[in-house]
Formats: sequence, C-alpha cells, structure tokens
Amino acid sequence: MSEPKTIDARGLSCPEPAMLTRQAIMELKSGTLVVLTDSFTSRNNIERTGKLAGWKAEIIQDADETYHITLTK
Amino acid sequence: MRAISNFLISRWGPIVTGIVVGILAPVLVALGNPGNMGICVACFNRDIAGALGFHRAAVVQYIRPEIIGFVLGALVAALLFREFKPRGGSSPLIRFLLGIFAMIGALVFLGCPWRAYLRLSGGDWNAIPGIVGLFAGIGLGIIFLKRGFSLGRSRPTAQPAGWVMPVFVVVLLVLLLAAPLFGRDAEGNPVGPIFFSQTGPGSQYAPLWIALAAGLLIGFLAQRSRFCTVGALRDIVLLRDMHLFNGVLALLVAAFLTNLVLGQFKPGFEGQPVAHVNWLWNFGGMVLAGLAFTLAGGCPGRQVFLSGEGDADAAIFVFGMIAGAGIAHTFSLASSPTGPGAYGPAAVIIGLVVLSIIGLAMRETRSA
Repeated sequence: MSEPKTIDARGLSCPEPAMLTRQAIMELKSGTLVVLTDSFTSRNNIERTGKLAGWKAEIIQDADETYHITLTK
Repeated sequence: MRAISNFLISRWGPIVTGIVVGILAPVLVALGNPGNMGICVACFNRDIAGALGFHRAAVVQYIRPEIIGFVLGALVAALLFREFKPRGGSSPLIRFLLGIFAMIGALVFLGCPWRAYLRLSGGDWNAIPGIVGLFAGIGLGIIFLKRGFSLGRSRPTAQPAGWVMPVFVVVLLVLLLAAPLFGRDAEGNPVGPIFFSQTGPGSQYAPLWIALAAGLLIGFLAQRSRFCTVGALRDIVLLRDMHLFNGVLALLVAAFLTNLVLGQFKPGFEGQPVAHVNWLWNFGGMVLAGLAFTLAGGCPGRQVFLSGEGDADAAIFVFGMIAGAGIAHTFSLASSPTGPGAYGPAAVIIGLVVLSIIGLAMRETRSA
C-alpha cells in the first residue's frame, strides 16, 4: 500500500489547515489522510472538519509538539 | 478547571461566549458606555489611538479597559492551558496593512462586526446594510482563499515577541490610571500625552474596574472557545461548519433580550447612537472591513485574543488597526453621525483595490 496523502499545515493560520483538509477529503472521498499541525486550535478544527464529513480521526502528539491527525474513511 | 476548558472547546464554547458577550455588552451601555457600543473592538482601539494622541478627534479619546481585559484574559487562559506560544513571521507588514484598511472600513460603517451585531440587537436597522456588506466582504475573502491566497507560515519565536502586546496593554492600564498631563499647549495649559474626551462617545464609559473585569472574562472565554465573528460565516461557506456561527446567533439573541430588559431596544433608522443612515457606505465600509478581516484570518476580537496568546502576527494586525484609526481621523475618512467623512468613500474604494491586489498576489506554496 502506498504512503497516505499528508498535508503539512504547521504554521498556517485559520482557515487554511481546515480548508486544505476539507479539499483533500473531498478529493480522496475515502482512504487515509494525515494532517500535521502545531496548533491546538487547528488540531480541533481539522478533527471537526473530518468528522463533519464522516471521517474518523486519530490524533497523536509527537515530541516536538506536532499533532499528527490521521483521518480515515 | 480542565472540565471547564473541555466544555469551552466543545460546541457549547462559542455559544456560551456569545451569550456572555450578548449580556455584558448592553449592561456596559447601561453603566455608561456609548449607545449600542457596549463592546466594539474597532471603536475601542480607535479611542485608544485618540487617547495616545495618534489622532486628535476630541470626541473619541479614551483608553478602553475592555481591550486591556481582552488581551490579559486571553493571556491568562493561554498560560493556564499551556497554549501561550510566541510565534510570528507570517507576512507581518501585509498584516499591518490589513489592520489599517480593516479599521478604515469599520470607521466608515462606525463599528466592527461585534458592534454591527450589537447595533442590530439594539434596533439600529442601519446595521443591516453593514452586516450585508460584512457578508459580502467575507465572501470576497473566501474567493481569494479558494484561489490560493495565503499569508504564509508563522514560526515559533523567542519569548519576547509573544509578550509585546500583553506588556503594551499593562502600560495602557498604567497610563489610564496615572493619566499623565505633562504636555503644555501654547497658553501653558496642561495637555497630553494622554487625552481624554470631555464630550462625545469618548467621554462615555462604564466604571473602569467593571469594564476591565468584563474584558477579562470575555478574553478568557473567547481564548478557550476561539469565538470569532468573521470565522463564523467563513466556516459555514468554506467548511459547512456551524460551530462559530452558533456563537454569533447566541450573541444576537442574548443582546436583544438584554436590551429589551434594560429598555435599550429602540428600533429605527434615524437618531441611532454613534451611527449614520447612509446605507451605501454602511455597506461599503463593511465590505472593506470584512475582506480585511477574512484575509487576516479572523475578526478584530479574535486578533486581540490571539495577540494575548503570543501571536505576534495578530498583534501586528492590532497595531495596524490603531495606526488605521489615526489615519482615518486625520484624513477625514471616518464617518460621523451626520454621514461619511469627506474622503471615506474614496478610501474604501482604494482599500478594496489594494486588498484585491494582496488577495490575488499573496500566495504560498502551502502543499506539503
């Protein structure tokens, strides 16, 4: 299986992280999408954007405080 | 404490913040703030600019404690929940320019989005073309966003960059309390450096500590809930997400009911406080402001709250608004209750041209 599509939204301000997420899930329709962000606000917005479109979200935070949000459908 | 934070981050957060703002703003009017101006982030920054002598419109000069509270309330919330993160470097000069034009647009209308909704809830129907203009401006901003507009990435910075705005508002509080008068006019009378209106909206204010406390509470709640009056509509269009718009609806309902209870609901077009009846420029001013706020990523309140949690880019925007207030009043751009300023309409058109160029030209390679 190929690497899942990844969006690096670190440092981007509202609404770009959630907007890029929505654009990607609309394109993909199903599968796996990974979004990176360093902001707790964006983390929540990305998670909510995914869930509104029926995707499941799994979130881990790595040592340099980057959130890895894995969306699947 | 953690439970409160989780609640404010949930879908109820913006709603609770909207209700608190909707109740407190009319109460602040009852306690002395200008009519339908319990809270206005643009007007209050304009009053601060006047108090500092950046413009000399004698009727709009006062250091508004609400703004000080907004920054410090957001700072406390961000520190408590480990979200205070100094950051910056996302097109600061462009953000400064956006702040200038946001303020010019808001002063042609006579209010920021917060006050547009508060004016509506007080029965000032002149707010309707303003809100339509706000929606149009946000719509324009969304078009640019969809075409790839971006101000680029911010980066973590060293601590001092995040502390500039919190320290600035503490200095403002000291200046408000000390009210130094060591300047002298030609006749030797003491004037400035801090100016306080003797008449007009700047002379109308709620008691200092109540205004500060209200600001602190709203700043705290809004930092947690990300309350934003521009993101509200933007997220519906762009993300099909009602999360923030629910907060605006809550604000409208709460403010309407509070105004009714306090006898402050006075429906009509004529004779509304700190408002004019020129529908075209009520509309036009807010198109410009709405576009500027959308390109900058949030309403003026949100920019102030972000500046309290270490966002130097948001702080630059707020300083741009203060500079914009100086420009608006010295160049006769700001409206008055009699109508638009002499050059206000021209400034709105110039602003729309400049912001359209920025909207089209600022792009970032933002894919991974």
